[in-house]
Amino acid sequence: MAFDRREFLKVSAGVAGAASLGTLTGCAGTGPSAGGARPKVVIVGAGFGGATCARYLKLWEPKIEVTVIEPNDVFTSCPFSNTVLAGINNMQDITFGYDNVKKVVDKWVKDTVTGIDTAGRTVKTAGGATFAYDRLVLAGGIELMFSAVQGYDAEAQKSVMHAWKAGPQTATLRKQLEAMPDGGVFVMSVPRAPYRCPPGPYERACTVASYFKKAKPKSKIIVLDGNEDIASKKGLFLAAWKKHFGYGTPDSMIDYRPNNMPRAVDPKKMMVGTEFDDVKGDVINVVPPMRAAEVCGMAGVRLGLDGKEGPWCAIDFRTFESLHVKNVHILGDSTLTNFPKSGSVANNTAKMAASAIVEMVNGREPDAAPVVTNTCYSATGMGTAFHVATVFRYQAAKKEADGKVTPPAMIAQKGGGVSKEESELEFAYMDAWAKNVWADTLGLPENFNFTVKG
Amino acid sequence: MKKTLALTLLFAGTLGAVAVAQATDARARFMAANCAYCHGPDGKSRGAIPSLAGLEKGYFVQQMKEFRDGKRDATVMQKHAMGYTDAEYEAMAAWFAAIK
Repeated sequence: MAFDRREFLKVSAGVAGAASLGTLTGCAGTGPSAGGARPKVVIVGAGFGGATCARYLKLWEPKIEVTVIEPNDVFTSCPFSNTVLAGINNMQDITFGYDNVKKVVDKWVKDTVTGIDTAGRTVKTAGGATFAYDRLVLAGGIELMFSAVQGYDAEAQKSVMHAWKAGPQTATLRKQLEAMPDGGVFVMSVPRAPYRCPPGPYERACTVASYFKKAKPKSKIIVLDGNEDIASKKGLFLAAWKKHFGYGTPDSMIDYRPNNMPRAVDPKKMMVGTEFDDVKGDVINVVPPMRAAEVCGMAGVRLGLDGKEGPWCAIDFRTFESLHVKNVHILGDSTLTNFPKSGSVANNTAKMAASAIVEMVNGREPDAAPVVTNTCYSATGMGTAFHVATVFRYQAAKKEADGKVTPPAMIAQKGGGVSKEESELEFAYMDAWAKNVWADTLGLPENFNFTVKG
Repeated sequence: MKKTLALTLLFAGTLGAVAVAQATDARARFMAANCAYCHGPDGKSRGAIPSLAGLEKGYFVQQMKEFRDGKRDATVMQKHAMGYTDAEYEAMAAWFAAIK
């Protein structure tokens, strides 16, 4: 919807006017916001989920008072961060300001959330402020569980990067790869599914290999995978590894090892321990196990379908509200769903949640059968890319013939799947996808000058 | 008093129209917004993926049907087209046709 600033101001003025007149004449509206009070939504985290949700809430219902609490000064994109590791792009190409989100929300708070009271409906920050909410949106991404890997303590974290949250970690890992001598070994890991960005680790192997091929052709990459097999786009990654990096030959740049979950790191010996052996590397990149963001723990919403404590947050697919804690919505990677934990899904489902919240604060029913999509591209580092695309449709709970109840689900529709093969055309589309999802998430203007390249 | 009432009605009337429009279109609005991550906010693309804003309604629906039936070559679009109904093509088409 093209909603320009003038229209926006007109509607805002209309709402404000009507609210004050409503109070004057004793004419209360309908819905939870009756009496002229503006519904308060507090959003914690401004990644693909939180920033998108903030923007669309204000676009679709300007009367909602939106507060965003985000500790970072800038947005750094995980998608395309593997191209930074390869030296194809720089940090500034994937880093964006929040100016256009700040402009549309009611309050922007640069701070870290330290406490959430879901009974009193308040959020506290490290800076000592307290924010009351009618609805809380938790968009904190993931919490990395370093303690699950022996030796991965604060000291080890200074030299062993995960680079699974784009930012300084990405920049440091790039420097380590640049400093590595030709003939060196890069050891990287894949966490057990489900994890943020299923194809990401295999893409990382590709883009780093593309850098080595050009700059350090005698180097090797050892991929320690906690899974039994390549967890995403397997055929396409294997084809790319074979075509570009000699996979399957004695000279393969990539040494892929399934069932090799890192159990320990030793930064002094530059060693990663798995159940089977100790693997030495010149650069070590370990992504520890992960779960829903810290803020989900604070709110007590890391609860599975059965209401028991778990790594992710079970939600109602129509609203993204916690199944167990009222008025708390969870977005993106923190949720327990069958969606891939992708930026696309975080962006799209944030709009789904925003749409539902707008309907609910106006006393209307949210869409009873939403449809949502995922499209996720991976780059080979060699000027080509490929995708996976799926449409999901809501299916309500069903009582089966045997009396058992099938819980509500988002059903992947027929026809979804992956590319036939990698192509340059798809890299052009991946580039366009990135610019469009960044623009949609952050409200970047039409004339925004993107610098990212392929 | 009379003036206040008239003003109230005026504002209520305007808001009422907005509310009805939103109630009617919330589903289509979300389905269209769902396209933005590839086709750009409001269907205005910043790259090689085509824009959808302002496309003629009949053309949009025809393309979706051709993607679905494999009559138009596609990378991702057949996968998306197969997941939506004809009625949903129409709703999204109307939404994008209205964007200038």
